[in-house]
Amino acid sequence: MSLLELDDLSVTYRIASGDVPAVRGVSLSLEAGEALGVVGESGSGKSTLAMALLRLLPKDARTSGRIMLGGEDVLAMKWGRLRAVRWAEASIVFQGAQHGLNPVQRIGDQIAEPLLVHKIATAEKARERVASLLAQVGLPAWRARSYPHELSGGQRQRVMIAMALACEPQLIIADEPTTALDLMVQAQVLTLIKELIASHGISLLMISHDLSVLADTCDRLAVMYAGRVVETGPSGGSFQHPYSQALAAAFPTVGDPASRLAPRGLGGDPPDPQRLPSGCVFHPRCPVALDTCSTVEVSLRPAGDRRTAACVLVLEESC
Amino acid sequence: MSITWTRRRIAFRRFWASFRTQRAGVIGLAILLLAVLLAVIAPLFIDEGVTNVVSGTGEKLAPPSWDDPLGTDESGRSVLLMIWWGSRTSLLIGFLAALLSMVIGTVLGIAAGHFRGWIGAIVMRITDWFLVLPSLVTALVLAAILGGSTVTIIAAIGVTSWPSTARLIRAQTLAVEARPYIERSQALGGGHWHITTRHVLPNVAPLLLASTTLEVASAIVTESTLAFLGVSANKTSWGTMLRGSYDWGAATSGAWWYILVPGLCIVIVVMAFTLCGRALETVLNPRLRRAS
Repeated sequence: MSLLELDDLSVTYRIASGDVPAVRGVSLSLEAGEALGVVGESGSGKSTLAMALLRLLPKDARTSGRIMLGGEDVLAMKWGRLRAVRWAEASIVFQGAQHGLNPVQRIGDQIAEPLLVHKIATAEKARERVASLLAQVGLPAWRARSYPHELSGGQRQRVMIAMALACEPQLIIADEPTTALDLMVQAQVLTLIKELIASHGISLLMISHDLSVLADTCDRLAVMYAGRVVETGPSGGSFQHPYSQALAAAFPTVGDPASRLAPRGLGGDPPDPQRLPSGCVFHPRCPVALDTCSTVEVSLRPAGDRRTAACVLVLEESC
Repeated sequence: MSITWTRRRIAFRRFWASFRTQRAGVIGLAILLLAVLLAVIAPLFIDEGVTNVVSGTGEKLAPPSWDDPLGTDESGRSVLLMIWWGSRTSLLIGFLAALLSMVIGTVLGIAAGHFRGWIGAIVMRITDWFLVLPSLVTALVLAAILGGSTVTIIAAIGVTSWPSTARLIRAQTLAVEARPYIERSQALGGGHWHITTRHVLPNVAPLLLASTTLEVASAIVTESTLAFLGVSANKTSWGTMLRGSYDWGAATSGAWWYILVPGLCIVIVVMAFTLCGRALETVLNPRLRRAS
């Protein structure tokens, strides 16, 4: 049985001007010890998806479908059980570590917070655990006495990772963990995450708009567009869906003269979730769209080596 | 246990080291400590008898002399001794009324900021209602209805001065709760109590502390005003002395000591609280401390 299984998960925000479907029928599964990356443009619903997993969305969001975490349905949990599951079974590394830490509390106290909230350790034991967690993320133990503003961005993100590890969860959800870090620090943090999940056997769900970050860290990738998963597959393979291909092609190859000044990326913006196009939602921006694309919506279908994609062209190629 | 106490001692020493660098704050604190100390030890030297009209030994409205360094009042009582004894009432009412108003304001302010929706709306409408009541008049009416004891004066001041604190704390709570570490705390399973006491309260605390010291100052002034207007705890305070000076025409008979001394006492103590409040804010806010 998979550790995490999403079945037809939909999230709709109810706002004054109507319903905004942010996530539309996503089904994904994550095995124990596996690292899954979710990639997509801003507004593709990837952060909403991450927050929905622990029911952290604001009250105006309506969630339907099923989220099975370790065999339990998160959406059916009672409040007390949900609080127990939060962090103890699945923890989150938030984006923007600059603001994820309370400026008036010492680092050590904040790392110990989940331990004390879940009554896993006494204050005495928690202090030892904090020291060992700091050591795991490569920070000296005396840093426990520092305030967040005394740390650099990379160090703060390490603290966030230490915090996520505190209760020894089975799943870590990393929501753009390397945004706003410079590339060297980004590489360090990614290496750290990779090492830690490998040595602890933790599953990772990593959300990012940066394909290079995910390809580096994750075993499998899921590409999201307008609230839907349009492609899943091993991170090593080549993309089949035209959107994924455009996303991959948008990265410049540094040092390659041929790729300089070559047109890349896609024109236009992701669709307004309140006015989604008919048929395949990607067809207005799709470079290889057919006439049928504006009327027929294709669901995920097999596209070769452990890969699925939601595109008409894929079926024609593989048949 | 001993480790906890060692940590607290170290924390206090560090706090004191940074507080000491705030010169104005140290001066304010020294004045406050002196005032409180004098008020506390007063019964060792004098008793309530110094405020008794029949036991006044000096001349009526006598100017400062060796016998009565700050002159006498209309009944021949020593102004110095009355100021000394009166500081007990003024400070007690100032502290307790400010404390009461802070507790009410903080609890309601955090509640209104944390539980948005109908709970917060109801709390804020109640706050608004109290805010539009003219507080001095309300305090006067309350004190008049409840009768003039120390407790009712404290209640009257406390109950009328909390709304501005509640608004302040609510605004700060909203700002704090919008920060991502609150979301993080929710994600790690923190409940309402955990979030409000562990994250919101420490973040509003510097503001609260600064506001409390100012509130003590304003409570002392309010007590003086109430006493001056004739509603008092039937005990000598700086406010009742000012009223006495007004009633007996101290200004027209040139008895400046009778007006100036209680007035200056109020000004000095209020200023000392303000200095302390500002210094505390600088010390307790880690970012301000770093900057200075």
